Amino acid sequence: MMTIRTEREGVNVSQYVMIQSKSPWESGDVGHFYALARELRQLGAEVTFFLVQNGVMAARSSAKDPALEQLLGANVRVLADDFSLRERAIDAKVLKTGVNPSSIDVVVDLLASGAKALWH
Amino acid sequence: MATITIGILDPPYESANTPTAFRLVEAAIRMGHNVNVFCYEGATALGYAGQKQHPNAVHGASLEEEDHPNPKDWVKALLAFAAEKNVKLVWCNCGLCVDERGVESQVEGVCRGSPGDAWKYSEGSDGVLLIGTE
Amino acid sequence: MARYLSIVDSAYRATIEEQDDTAVWFTHAMKNAGADVSILLRGDAVNYAVSNQDAKGLRFGNRAVKGPDMVRDINAVIAKKIPLFVVSDDVAERGIPASLLLPGIEQIPRSAIAKLIDNHDTILTW
Repeated sequence: MMTIRTEREGVNVSQYVMIQSKSPWESGDVGHFYALARELRQLGAEVTFFLVQNGVMAARSSAKDPALEQLLGANVRVLADDFSLRERAIDAKVLKTGVNPSSIDVVVDLLASGAKALWH
Repeated sequence: MATITIGILDPPYESANTPTAFRLVEAAIRMGHNVNVFCYEGATALGYAGQKQHPNAVHGASLEEEDHPNPKDWVKALLAFAAEKNVKLVWCNCGLCVDERGVESQVEGVCRGSPGDAWKYSEGSDGVLLIGTE
Repeated sequence: MARYLSIVDSAYRATIEEQDDTAVWFTHAMKNAGADVSILLRGDAVNYAVSNQDAKGLRFGNRAVKGPDMVRDINAVIAKKIPLFVVSDDVAERGIPASLLLPGIEQIPRSAIAKLIDNHDTILTW
């Protein structure tokens, strides 16, 4: 399996799906993963950042996670797993602006289309 | 129809990664894709045939009422689901990990392989996800 | 043939199993099978690059445990010509002197990880 790149305006573009399973309060490393997403975007890649399991804890609008706020301003698509949100009673109405609830099917779609996948 | 390879390390109950991995496999089958699952380390116990349910006195639940989850049943169910959807699900354990753990008795349909096999599954896939562990 | 990058950040978690780090071991086994692999050590796993690690001496009753020898195994990775990278920022944050690092390992700054990932086709996040 070689890297599949999509064409966008005549330029080959890498696709990434980055899956964040930990909350920034359970792992001190989450900020680095957010930063990596921004850096891959800066390289020109299309990046989907998928929050799952405790990773969705940072998605509440009232959660204090400056690193996630920075990611949200970086032209990266940020999604939150709908099951993980429901499991933690986080309603879609209280998500940070820029975080959208999503089915896990999106991850499968991205894998099926050749996106490089990183799990944290 | 695409082919996806998913690597799993976590043992049956100790991590939320396990149900997420199963959700991904289920979704991929439902969406009509072929899936290779390669189990390494404790994940080789997911298909162990000797898993048993138990009642739950804290819940006041009998064996039947509690319906304790045994991942081996999920593996069997996904293998059946894949057959029903006419897609291929390969559920492969790292053989050395199986031996170390004494979990040779696996549900039907689970196969045994090596890191070289995991590599071959990956080479034949459109997407690869390794779900790392703590 | 795809180029694989194994990213290892969890350290000393399961070194009893193969008497090695399981991610380093697996990647080495992929190389033995013919795969094109590289390894990036980050987070606490940068400590695998340190010389003089010694996990000998475990004993439970009359059963001695041989245990891992990470120096041997990291040197074996290098001898097998598997490119091995370590994140210099993580080394520095942990106060590891450069003089203690095993030879043959390439240090890269954290800011170079994105490019390293982009230069590989498949990422294995251990």
